Amino acid sequence: MSTVLELQGITKSFPGVLANDHIDLTLEQGEVHALLGENGAGKTTLMNILYGLYKPDEGKIKIKGNEVEIHSPNDAIRQGIGMVHQHFMLVPVMTVTENVMLGVETTRAGVFLDRAAVARKIREISERYGLEVDPDAYIKDLPVGAQQRVEIIKVLYREADILILDEPTAVLTPQEVEGLFKIIKTLVEKGKSLIFITHKLKEVLAIADRITVLRGGRVVGTVKPQEVTQEKLASMMVGREVSLVVKKQPANPGEVVLEVKDLHVRDERHNLTVRGVSFEVRAGEVLGIAGVQGNGQTELVYALTGLTPIVSGEIKIAGQTIHNTAPRQILERGVAHIPEDRQRHGLVLPFPIHDNMVLCTYYLPPFANGMVLQEKVIAENAARLAEEFDVRTPSVFVPASSLSGGNQQKVIVAREFSRPIKLLIASQPTRGLDVGSIEYIHSRIIQKRSEGTGVLLVSSELDEIMALSDRIAVMYKGQIVAIVPASKASKEYLGLLMAGIHPDEAAEKAVEATEEVERVF
Amino acid sequence: MAMTSARPFIKSRLLPGLLLFLAGAVIYLLFGSGVDWSQQATFGLNPTGRTEALVIPDLTLPVKASVVVLSLVAVFLGAWQMARGIRSSGLAVGLVAFAFVAAFLLWATKDNSFSLVGMLSSSLVRATPIALAALCGVISERAAVVNIGIEGILLISAQTAVIVGTKSGNLYVALIAAILVGGLVGAFHALMAVKFKVDQIVSGVAINIFAVGATSFVSSRFLEKDINGLNNSGTFPTISVPLLSKIPVLGPVLFENNIIVFLMMILVVVLHVVLFYTPWGLRTRAVGEHPKAADTLGVNVFLTRYVNVILGGMIAGLGGAYFTIGAVGRFDEVMTAGKGFIGLAAMIFGKWTPFGAFAASLLFGFADSLQVKLQILGIPIPSEFLLMAPYIVTMVVLAGVVGSAMAPAADGVPYEKN
Repeated sequence: MSTVLELQGITKSFPGVLANDHIDLTLEQGEVHALLGENGAGKTTLMNILYGLYKPDEGKIKIKGNEVEIHSPNDAIRQGIGMVHQHFMLVPVMTVTENVMLGVETTRAGVFLDRAAVARKIREISERYGLEVDPDAYIKDLPVGAQQRVEIIKVLYREADILILDEPTAVLTPQEVEGLFKIIKTLVEKGKSLIFITHKLKEVLAIADRITVLRGGRVVGTVKPQEVTQEKLASMMVGREVSLVVKKQPANPGEVVLEVKDLHVRDERHNLTVRGVSFEVRAGEVLGIAGVQGNGQTELVYALTGLTPIVSGEIKIAGQTIHNTAPRQILERGVAHIPEDRQRHGLVLPFPIHDNMVLCTYYLPPFANGMVLQEKVIAENAARLAEEFDVRTPSVFVPASSLSGGNQQKVIVAREFSRPIKLLIASQPTRGLDVGSIEYIHSRIIQKRSEGTGVLLVSSELDEIMALSDRIAVMYKGQIVAIVPASKASKEYLGLLMAGIHPDEAAEKAVEATEEVERVF
Repeated sequence: MAMTSARPFIKSRLLPGLLLFLAGAVIYLLFGSGVDWSQQATFGLNPTGRTEALVIPDLTLPVKASVVVLSLVAVFLGAWQMARGIRSSGLAVGLVAFAFVAAFLLWATKDNSFSLVGMLSSSLVRATPIALAALCGVISERAAVVNIGIEGILLISAQTAVIVGTKSGNLYVALIAAILVGGLVGAFHALMAVKFKVDQIVSGVAINIFAVGATSFVSSRFLEKDINGLNNSGTFPTISVPLLSKIPVLGPVLFENNIIVFLMMILVVVLHVVLFYTPWGLRTRAVGEHPKAADTLGVNVFLTRYVNVILGGMIAGLGGAYFTIGAVGRFDEVMTAGKGFIGLAAMIFGKWTPFGAFAASLLFGFADSLQVKLQILGIPIPSEFLLMAPYIVTMVVLAGVVGSAMAPAADGVPYEKN
């Protein structure tokens, strides 16, 4: 093994923040080096420096022993560094071929794009590394997993030897994560070296050869996966002991707070994406809806919260029928909503935090006196909630957009939990959040359940569903294929249901799988 | 489920079908019912004046029978819609609109004759500045810079062309001057939009207001006082392409024009090829859709935008030159009369593609020349209403037909590097 990349004393400060503080890091040929840290620990800053998007204040970058200066992505590409960004850098209305060739176009007669030659090379790369993708498909038609494969092909097409994967699993389903891990193994076998940025502990232990943990812009330590446990990594990351298991009392279900019967809903493109869904949620229990993203969960939640009209069926909240009722009236009946897209539906980003804290109640006393907003009361309310819900911010008067994802989510939770609620609808409540925030939000959800609130939890993270739910419903192609008690659901079984396998068959296969595992070990 | 399947039927099939029936009835009642069966309309298929095209007989049609046929086209479409459903609603609307306009022309020409070739020829000529403005819009907005100042660029370069043309006595020098001035104004807009990240609408409006003020000032202060020395450039001669101009009907329409019209048609093809078949076009489109993605692949977003907006300004400069040295040979205050804005409408109607923008411009050019011809035919509609025709077409097209057009995703959004 030889060292392909060496970072020495990289330092970068932004106004008011020291994002990277003398970071040292080495990458060996053919290894997967995981960079672990919470949001804001400086992982992405470090990688943006390596990719030439930021200029470091101090420090050296050595590639294969030679010191290099990287001023732009072009320099990085020339040095054989490729980056797969967390938010895909793909143009949706262009084809795979066009996206791959952008910036390094192959031409005929020196002028005209040679799409066929590029497509041929893409097919070669696909085959060599097991990255299945159709060069002529449009990006907008591809599932997220395939888009990620295009991103990887883009990097390989530029003949990169060092690949940086920034939070590559954040948007993937469990099956897609497995596919990605297979690809990573192939890449390493063919001699590529990878930096894998993440905050997910299980993945790090599953795929990394070495793990470097960052906290507050500094390296906390570099360890091998064999030497550590999830708990140890979590405490290195957060800087204190973290509980990874959600502690909860057995459920004590009360009366039905949400009843859904034969619900049909269309999505924005008028496709029927929820087709005949029926279930109920009782006070004091958590019903988890598992499923691969895009199987109708989003539209189901939109319908329940009044954001989209229903086609047919019935929704009853606390015994009252909701029939294409305005969202405000639904909220006033005691429904809290943690939306899937917190930046689009959860917050008004340019508004200050204190205004965001009263978005559902600003027109009611004590926040309004007739037509006039009571600014003082609103500010006091925000200060109290920020304290109670641990929102880390310099003041409640800064725009919500200036907060980190975790703190934005805490603002939403604070707002929704500060009114009397009977039903909580939480959609992807911890997506993209760091361990500390996830722990906090989970404990708050369980606390609401203990207080007697019915909780409908929609998440594509199977771990989250299994940790919080009392009953689990699996959604596939707009229908609920099974509802099972959490105590009886194994991860294999749920995974098979999510992939569309019939419940009986899935039960058999899941048993087989478990037995096989037992035989192997 | 029965209820859910019945409702879309009424919505998506029955109602449009009935509307098409209604359109057929309206066509007949307006243009067919008051006409006698014996009345005829003659459409000239040969250009008036000197031409090299082969002479072919004119087209004479019985008015009433033809209108009946056209209204039946709409009725047939309605029946088809109700029975089977028409997939392309744009096609149906287009056919009915064509039937309406054709019936109107038949009715207006009854017992009279009307030069169809002349009409088409003047449609293309009148479409030229609109198309050039639209192409300027296409190339700028594909790189995500909205240029609402096209109208101003047209005006400034129109004046530049006439002054340089009169002073130098050489129209080609005037043409180049107009293009360069257009590029200069484009560069100013690019600087505002790309470097200083000024709101692009504000910058564009500023260009328009400045252009009106500046050209009017120069016009009243200097041009009017010395018409022969400053404002009398003459115009480009008509060029007949050998052989091609001999084709009946199409020949005189497409291949007997002045240089600016030819340049416009060439530019449509060139821009299409550049945008969709060259690296520059690929980068331009990427910059317009997802500048960050382009940036991470080493494409210079700022440079791409500068070049596109400046090239766009030069194309608009060519369009401006058309008004003076391409058409009348002198400058009048505010003579562009909103053609830059109509060009932007054509760009949207054409879905940000060169060919689409060209086709839309032809539609507007047609409406414009129709209005002139109808005044000549002396039909009993006040001329003020006819003058509104191009603008009404603009509004109808933008409000109704285009629907949710696909603008480049980053259109009008300044790019911030981190």
